[in-house]
Amino acid sequence: MPASFMPSAQEMMRFLPETLLTLAGVFLMVLEAIMAPENKGRLKAFALFALAAALAAAVIAYNDPGPAFNRLLIIDGFATFFRVLVIGVAILAVLGSSQYLAREGANPGEYWALVLFSVVGQSLMVTSNELIMIFIGLEISSIASYVLAGYLRDDARNSESALKYFLLGSFATGFLLYGVAWIYGLTGTTDLSQIRADLANRDISNSMMMIGAACALMFVGFAFKVSAAPFQVWAPDVYQGAPSPVAAFLSSGPKAAAFAMFLRVFVTAFEPVADRWEPIVWASALVTMIVGNFAALRQTNVKRLMAYSSIAHAGYVMVAVATHSKLGIEAAMFYLAAYALTNLGAFAVITCLVGKGERFVEIKDLAGLGARQPLSAAMLTIFLLSLIGVPLTGGFFGKFYIFKAALDARLIWLTVLGLLNSAVAAYYYLRILVVMYMEEPGDTVENTQEMGGALKFVLVGSAVATLVIGTFPSLLLDVASRYAVLGR
Amino acid sequence: MPPLPIPEHPPVAWYLILSAILFGLGVAGFLFRRNIITVFMSIELMLNAVNLSFIAFSYQLKQVSGHIFTFFVMVVAAAEAAVGLAIILTIYKNKSTLEVDEINSLNN
Repeated sequence: MPASFMPSAQEMMRFLPETLLTLAGVFLMVLEAIMAPENKGRLKAFALFALAAALAAAVIAYNDPGPAFNRLLIIDGFATFFRVLVIGVAILAVLGSSQYLAREGANPGEYWALVLFSVVGQSLMVTSNELIMIFIGLEISSIASYVLAGYLRDDARNSESALKYFLLGSFATGFLLYGVAWIYGLTGTTDLSQIRADLANRDISNSMMMIGAACALMFVGFAFKVSAAPFQVWAPDVYQGAPSPVAAFLSSGPKAAAFAMFLRVFVTAFEPVADRWEPIVWASALVTMIVGNFAALRQTNVKRLMAYSSIAHAGYVMVAVATHSKLGIEAAMFYLAAYALTNLGAFAVITCLVGKGERFVEIKDLAGLGARQPLSAAMLTIFLLSLIGVPLTGGFFGKFYIFKAALDARLIWLTVLGLLNSAVAAYYYLRILVVMYMEEPGDTVENTQEMGGALKFVLVGSAVATLVIGTFPSLLLDVASRYAVLGR
Repeated sequence: MPPLPIPEHPPVAWYLILSAILFGLGVAGFLFRRNIITVFMSIELMLNAVNLSFIAFSYQLKQVSGHIFTFFVMVVAAAEAAVGLAIILTIYKNKSTLEVDEINSLNN
């Protein structure tokens, strides 16, 4: 047995966040089974504690960056940024879920465990430096997410959402894995930096067809996971059918992690063939923005509208991927963080408003919200303005940096068409605002559930954060540019 | 009937072509079959086609890692099957049908 077979203490430290989360998740499942029902409220506190510890471990692990486990994982700035982001998203998601679960009479213990497992997967996705590890991380995250999407198992909408997520997610994984197999066959390795070296050093003109096919297969898999066109069809159904807090979680955390691994694979391993994949990402970005925005115009269901909006926002991040520059990576990091905050906040409002059994999910049910619940309405206004990209909100600078990076990379048409798209997007977000403030409440609306403290915290916290990074964008941008370092 | 001219050691390319055909069958099954269980089986077929590719490449490259990858894929497929069948069960309980086309309540 070689001396390097046992992982060193240093490597274990770099892997500490995932270790903590896994242990906490398993422990939660055991506690869930043996604890008396009246004590189960403490499980949430335990889950939050574990997430906070993992957050601290992720920050500490960056004190000593480097590879772990024979370069299967790499802890670099990029990984640390996304680790902190996905763990932070999970903390907000846990805080935003408890009221919903209590209202629907669901058993929360397993829910926290599943959130933790999903975060383990996401954290592995963003740290892995090797195609098979990426696949494993993706599956750990996805399998937990499939269950979360169908958490209220007696609700037909939930199980339909879970089924569609599961079938299309596994289908996409098949493509991704077939791409991995071909890359392995062609280069003899699955290590991202070795793939890069192999592609850069040899004459690839003979095997360009095969490499192109393998990249395309992997692109299909990634595009499914980030809901980029033409593989976005699952997203509206899944986000509409899933419980509102789960939809919030799925459209923030796993999506950010999927973009992180997409960026890492295409910008490190496939960088030598960048001029070949750039047009494909270009086209996909454009179609994603158009499909998302124009389909959102016709929606009457708030959750479905948010799903299309999340597709459109994936399109903007795809613009950043198409630049494959350091500036583009920074812009994508900024955008994903700003979007996650905004999106979680907007869904927190929705979570509270839909009422027991999610009966009030139409836009018209928001009528008169400005008078009924001034706080929720004001916060939702901030989130919608940020999603439009109005100055002084995080969304504005997100779009600004992405289009700036695109201009620097000479993607002029994509920038012009993207900006036109965000003008279209303003229409459907503003329509919600109009309904909220200008229309009289109909008689269907009698649900004014008091918003719990945790939900209020998520709401106000993400609104304040959205405004802060909108007013002082350099706070987040400095972090993004310092951490946009991809280990090789 | 004369025996088919199959060489004693078929070239690796044959296995790759077989794997591509199996993968294509899986994709076709996913797209055109209407029963959820069959759709799920098509996905498993796709994953197993990938496994065959891994083994063939591993043999060609004289590396052991490709073999190990197939174990990972098998474990993941098993975990996926456990969750997937549970989800299919809840669908059947809620909707009393396993036809993909009838599961379409989510729309605008």
